Amino acid sequence: MDGEGQLRRAADGTAAATGAGAGRRETATVSIPIVTNADTADAADAVDDVEELELDLLLTGIARRWGYDFRGYSPASLRRRVRKAMHAEGVRSLSALQERVLHRPEALQRFISTLSVNVTGMFRDPQVYRALRRQVLPMLRTYPFVRIWHAGCSTGEEVYSMAILLHEEGLLERCRIYATDLSDDLLQRARRGVFALRDMQEHTAAYHRAGGKGDFSSYYIADHQSAILRDELRRHLVFSQHNLVSDSSFNEFQLILCRNVLIYFSEPLRERVHRLFYDSLVNFGILALGIKESMRYTPFVDRYEPLVESLGLYRRVR
Amino acid sequence: MRARAPKRADYDLVVIGASLGGVAALRQVLAELPPAFPAAVAIVQHRRPDADSPLAQLLGSVSPLPVREPRDRERIEPGTVYLGPAGYHLLVEPGWLTLSVEGPVSWARPSIDVLFESAADAYRRRLVAVLLTGSSEDGAAGVEAVTRRGGLTIVEDPDSAHSPVSPAAALARTTVRHVLPLVGIGGLLRDMVQLAVGDDASASRR
Repeated sequence: MDGEGQLRRAADGTAAATGAGAGRRETATVSIPIVTNADTADAADAVDDVEELELDLLLTGIARRWGYDFRGYSPASLRRRVRKAMHAEGVRSLSALQERVLHRPEALQRFISTLSVNVTGMFRDPQVYRALRRQVLPMLRTYPFVRIWHAGCSTGEEVYSMAILLHEEGLLERCRIYATDLSDDLLQRARRGVFALRDMQEHTAAYHRAGGKGDFSSYYIADHQSAILRDELRRHLVFSQHNLVSDSSFNEFQLILCRNVLIYFSEPLRERVHRLFYDSLVNFGILALGIKESMRYTPFVDRYEPLVESLGLYRRVR
Repeated sequence: MRARAPKRADYDLVVIGASLGGVAALRQVLAELPPAFPAAVAIVQHRRPDADSPLAQLLGSVSPLPVREPRDRERIEPGTVYLGPAGYHLLVEPGWLTLSVEGPVSWARPSIDVLFESAADAYRRRLVAVLLTGSSEDGAAGVEAVTRRGGLTIVEDPDSAHSPVSPAAALARTTVRHVLPLVGIGGLLRDMVQLAVGDDASASRR
């Protein structure tokens, strides 16, 4: 195919810069962007270097002032969320954001919520709950008392989903679910167990796709705009603050769920948390990661056997 | 001719974004790539959040390069096409792909802006970004970010795109290096990314 004549128009600003070689597909083509964009790109690099520095100072400041250390977070998504926090606070630079979060605890809490809030939902990824019901709960049944750790529970939808699942399988009475998150604000919402009534239709559909056996509406009381989950579900839940970055193990568990949390961590932090989970699981305990997460590329890959690898379910075997 | 070692290609990564009308457009672009393409390709096509869509197979059936939906934290390999999975943002770190379930951006997850902006940060001048047909403004900010970081930008000509909204939004927002009808885009990628390694490189390199 012929490249000549296919270049119908280049946007205004570049036309002059690209000149005679513009878009022609001979050797010149590869060097064009490097030459013509170099100045602006160098300027952009300089601006971004400053932003990098500001980000580093911001995170270091927060770690030293408040003990929350986000420096091990994966840069690409961290940058997005820090910018979001900047917009939410109505400030124009990371330095201004830093000024605010160092001095005001409530600004820090908002910052943490922005950094940690993630999409969740009851019975999110219903196929995972089907697999838990079929393949994991029978194992849990062999223990007289079961401890479950839900790390990074956010606003709690998935914790209550787990409680419903255990209830339907007659296991809830002998279980305790420890639900932890970094953010106090999110934990408070999780503890309340009150969700928007308008979302219940979606949650009900997910419940049925997850193999739910009962009438989902029997698990909550509708009140104006809210769905209040029943106390029976709450009785076996313990919500508490835990920081995967810096806190240590606090018990031994038969099942640990940590879905779509480690995807925001970069390598060393991810390794640390995998160490923490490994140390916190009984032998033959189950680790449930997000469905797009994998043990591959972690030093613990040979300590686990995939239970359902396509769903991120692993079993500690040594 | 082959006395010196093959030079590194000038671009390591090509990111492509599309929404309405994108499946046909992507098939056409991918079909024109050579089997020994020396860069990696990462694609975001707007899609519904259910995980079972056959999009990867649809693209894989015409692409000379393998097409996969990455899991979190996959190493970026040259000559591989990565398709953003339904319900997740696809982000680029230097050498790696990561996923995110942050809220939709421009009502989309995966979002083109998220892919392009993270790739621009990670690959700067070694990036090519291609924005194809689409019905939303998602992608326009991403193209701007790529331009700003010195990457090469290609936008499908709105006059001939299935849906002109995205390409037009990008052109309104920033300076774009190449504006091409769909038929030219695969060929341009092939030539640009191949050129640096010499004519016979495709046969000997891999």
